[in-house]
Amino acid sequence: MTITVSMTVNGEERSGTCEERTLLVTFLRETLRLTGTHVGCDTSQCGACVVHVDGESVKSCTMLTVQAEGRNVTTIEGVADGDTLHPMQQAFHENHGLQCGYCTPGMIMSALDLIKHNPDPTEREIREHLEGNLCRCTGYHNIVKSIRAAADKMATGA
Amino acid sequence: MYAFSFHQPETLEEAKRLFGESDDPRYLSGGHTLLPSMKLRLATPSDLIELNAIESLKGISIEGDNVVVGAGTRHGDVAQSADVLAAIPALADLAGMIGDFQVRNRGTLGGSIANADPAADYPAAIVGLNATVKTDRREIAADDYFTDLFETALEEDEIVTAVSFPTPVRAAYMKFPNPASRYAIVGVFVAETAGGIRVAVTGAGASVFRVVEMEAALTVNFAPEAVADILIPDDDLNSDIHAANDYRAHLVTVMAKRAVEKALG
Repeated sequence: MTITVSMTVNGEERSGTCEERTLLVTFLRETLRLTGTHVGCDTSQCGACVVHVDGESVKSCTMLTVQAEGRNVTTIEGVADGDTLHPMQQAFHENHGLQCGYCTPGMIMSALDLIKHNPDPTEREIREHLEGNLCRCTGYHNIVKSIRAAADKMATGA
Repeated sequence: MYAFSFHQPETLEEAKRLFGESDDPRYLSGGHTLLPSMKLRLATPSDLIELNAIESLKGISIEGDNVVVGAGTRHGDVAQSADVLAAIPALADLAGMIGDFQVRNRGTLGGSIANADPAADYPAAIVGLNATVKTDRREIAADDYFTDLFETALEEDEIVTAVSFPTPVRAAYMKFPNPASRYAIVGVFVAETAGGIRVAVTGAGASVFRVVEMEAALTVNFAPEAVADILIPDDDLNSDIHAANDYRAHLVTVMAKRAVEKALG
């Protein structure tokens, strides 16, 4: 059955139609055309689809669109301030935190949730937090470096 | 996944009414096992009755010597709960090991134990701590609750409302996770409870089970070496591409030993 759902996405009221079985990631990508959120494994393991719902990181391949009705969703497209990259994005850029880039949106959304709970994480804490984000390029070293660098920048507000 | 109708009741009564009126309904909680199963068409319900809007299923409270966790409480909330950390740190530790951060933001205690995945973590704590499963109609003892692969003592429309965990003298959980899914290839929960030592194993068999030989050995001597030479029979253990049954048997001993070490702090 076709249903209409409404939610706040990256600060804007958005609504659209989908089916009850439509996954949130499908709605974001195909209905709202926000294709920054990726589908990797589609089995809630790889984390390429991580977005924030009411400020908490979730895997949007394992949540129904109808479950996001009335919620506040943030995707990778909502992270930058206009043309100015978010410090986390800038840190990935500066520290070569991405190779093919496929996992990057999920890595960044996951990392932002970490910094919210733990503004000064150790390398070990960063690695543990990234349990649910897989990088097929195996670029973890620089991803961890990027997140640590972003934590420093965000702490000083630079 | 196949099409279904979605419902979001706000009371247990409404949820059960909807269940009774549907052809082939399933209750949905965090959705982190059921939705993946539906994508694979292993589960094909006609109706999904989501329980997340039922406020009475949420929250953690202390009742005497028990920690009572609402069925709708998410793993991340159990892992970070000051009450759980103070009373049963091993339970908070176990909740913090389930899946990954994002899974813990959605998955719930009730959903996990109603589904009874053989590799889920919570069954080890329920049986290890000799907890009581509370439902909308009765209380079920831990040893009677998990019956077989994805099978529990729950009736078709029965809803888990909470689990009451007695505070142990000491306890710990250790697991060997699948590196991708983080499900337990083998997980062992060891506890010294008011009723004696309990050793519960998840991931290794069709359903969680106790190892009485280890319990007896630990009763005599609560030390890692007491279980170091106890190897359980592997005939009925799970065997798949991730781990063969004899390897799982070996891991039960190793994880039990490490859990005892951890419980001793």
